[in-house]
Amino acid sequence: MDAIILQILNGLDKGSAYALIALGLTLIFGTLGVVNFAHGALFMIGAFCAVTLSRILTLSHVVVDSTKTDFLGRPLEVQVPYVYDIFGEATGAAIIDWAVPLSILFAIPVMLMVGVAMERGLIKYFYKRPHADQILVTFGLAIVLQEIIKYFYGANPIPTPAPSAFTGSFDFGAILGFDPNTIIYPYWRLVYFAFAAVIIGAVFAFLQFTTFGMVVRAGMADRETVGLLGINIDRRFTIMFGLAAAVAGLAGVMYTPINSPNYHMGMDFLVLSFVVVVVGGMGSLPGAVLAGFLLGILESFASMREVIDLIPGINQVIIYLVAIVILLTRPRGLLGRKGVMED
Amino acid sequence: MSKTNLTRRGLLRSGAVAGAGVALPTIFTGSSVAAFTNEPTGSTVTLGFNVPQTGPYADEGADELRAYELAVEHLNGGGDGGMMNTFSSKALNGSGILGKKVQYVTGDTQTKSDAARASAKSMIEKDGAVMITGGSSSGVAVAVQALCQEAGVIFMAGLTHSNDTTGKDKRANGFRHFFNSYMSGAALAPILAKNYGTDRKAYHLTADYNWGYTTEEAIRNSTEAMGWETVAAVKTPLTQTDFSSYIAPVLQSGADVLVLNHYGGNMVNSLTNAVQFGLREKVVNGKNFEIVVPLYSRLMAKGAGANVKGIYGSTNWHWSLQDEGTKAFVKSFGTKYGFPPSQAAHTCYAQALLYADAVQRAGSFNPCAVAEALEGFEFDGMGNGKTLYRAEDHQCFKDVLVVRGKENPTSEFDLLEIVEITPVEQVTYDASIFGGQLGTCNPGA
Repeated sequence: MDAIILQILNGLDKGSAYALIALGLTLIFGTLGVVNFAHGALFMIGAFCAVTLSRILTLSHVVVDSTKTDFLGRPLEVQVPYVYDIFGEATGAAIIDWAVPLSILFAIPVMLMVGVAMERGLIKYFYKRPHADQILVTFGLAIVLQEIIKYFYGANPIPTPAPSAFTGSFDFGAILGFDPNTIIYPYWRLVYFAFAAVIIGAVFAFLQFTTFGMVVRAGMADRETVGLLGINIDRRFTIMFGLAAAVAGLAGVMYTPINSPNYHMGMDFLVLSFVVVVVGGMGSLPGAVLAGFLLGILESFASMREVIDLIPGINQVIIYLVAIVILLTRPRGLLGRKGVMED
Repeated sequence: MSKTNLTRRGLLRSGAVAGAGVALPTIFTGSSVAAFTNEPTGSTVTLGFNVPQTGPYADEGADELRAYELAVEHLNGGGDGGMMNTFSSKALNGSGILGKKVQYVTGDTQTKSDAARASAKSMIEKDGAVMITGGSSSGVAVAVQALCQEAGVIFMAGLTHSNDTTGKDKRANGFRHFFNSYMSGAALAPILAKNYGTDRKAYHLTADYNWGYTTEEAIRNSTEAMGWETVAAVKTPLTQTDFSSYIAPVLQSGADVLVLNHYGGNMVNSLTNAVQFGLREKVVNGKNFEIVVPLYSRLMAKGAGANVKGIYGSTNWHWSLQDEGTKAFVKSFGTKYGFPPSQAAHTCYAQALLYADAVQRAGSFNPCAVAEALEGFEFDGMGNGKTLYRAEDHQCFKDVLVVRGKENPTSEFDLLEIVEITPVEQVTYDASIFGGQLGTCNPGA
């Protein structure tokens, strides 16, 4: 029982990341009809927003400490961040410690700009082209973006820790009456799950309760009619692309303490996120979220030792197996609508 | 009167065929005027540096390339000479190799066996490389080593830690300076027993490929011999990035030590996840929970950040060693590039010098003569103390470093501290235990 609860918890944070990326993918597909293979790269760029901000915050000047020596026997050059000079050491250290949450503020405008630039600069020329062309161009774009990031940040993962207040793990087992240490869960992953829930809720509320959202939903249902009503639907869709980019970017920012970001982290998530979208049903936002969590939890169960011992290799194929079963029984995915990608 | 069949057209045709035959690279011909593949005939000799320039190990590859460039500079008489000054063999004199200026070409292994073979093949066939060296993966090392054996050139392996490289997959043309999984296990186990006791329950997470298996086997064998019990060993996919679902059940298993048989990005992520789960703050079976990383690399320690603090592992070499060879190399490298070299850079630099020295002593670039000069060669002054290139399996035997993540690093390079230098006798094994056959040396041509 405790093992099952543990794996459900585990699946939640992985599912949160899948759900956030798949949500953005579905938004773009639903509004613009574009299959965006560069979406994983947006997740990665978001993560590197956190890296960039923590680098900006730790910009330093050199103070020579003559009591110590460096590896060549010269006096040690100690890097002192400018924020220490500006805010004092204690406040400066706290600001650096909270770099990841602060990056949210930094990433939102950056990701909106990246998204809008991507849509206006490249993707809009591919609206009327076949999906295969869109996949090729966005996949190419993803490779270009990750190579740019690698050029500036190198190939190694860059540690980007969570604030020290969130290190360690929470003992769920103790609350639920199990032995201590049987069900533990890192604090930051709880934060990630809560953050994902807030973002998902905000996106749905935005689409459901604002006029802008209503127009976008109308455009998703019938773009031509909305255009005939004199509404500039293209401009709204561009903004939606920016919004989807920001959602992916924020998912990336908050993910950095879970796994040190590197240039190909986007690709690691991309394929799985597409499976999530397909399983959830192309164009269905609730489907994307539901499938994200479902597959995240199933993946966690499949990596249990007892399960691997029973069916070796299941941990590597579970998501695809589930995708096959769901597509065979429900060809449009869990919550897919009729007519999407079926013309 | 004799009649000749010599016609103008016939002469041209046979001339063209003969010309094409002579022009063919020697690698394609069974016999030719050259005694061996890519025999250098001019005033220069070309070495092929096959390192990961793209892909996940690109940073490690870049450091290897820096080391090779430094070695070439030193071989050609430039710079301060580095470890050439401390190397016990004095055959090298800064005038290139056998009086020929050293040139080099580079290839990108991408840490993929097929790409690495293709780039090595191209350097041998198109650029005339007489020796191939480098790499940051055992899969690549084994693949390129086999290619060099077929092509008739020497392969001086870069960073490869699997027992197989000089075990079941060893080749007469291949040589490894780096240590291996067995040595890691033999060096680590006594330190682990001393610090964590002999009554421990270990849980292994193992990368699901060749190197992972040999490392798990080595660590299990040596820790179980010390009295530890292995509670479970779980294989994790090489492509895994989030290890939470593998780490969460560790505490439930009753284990009090987690051994991460992971390297590269796998190690960075699994260690980070394990620390996030707060494993190291837990007390299990009345003991503090501990984590062990059998193969440490400074570049990876950097990726894992503060998570490495206090965690034991082993390494081939570290820049903070205080022998003359290390000091000379760190000074040379640090002055040129501004930071200390990694263990990958060290092994590659040493391999380039060892090859050049063997050629110089053999008086020939012929791979068979070079192999003979390297086999059973004993040397010192290269940063690892007295070292033997064992003739039976072409594996270097030297002291192994047991290291620990430093609690209070003074810089981004100062991440590991040396806990013990395990003497070579403790990590030496019988050459036959891993099987495989060296075969005979192939000079190609």
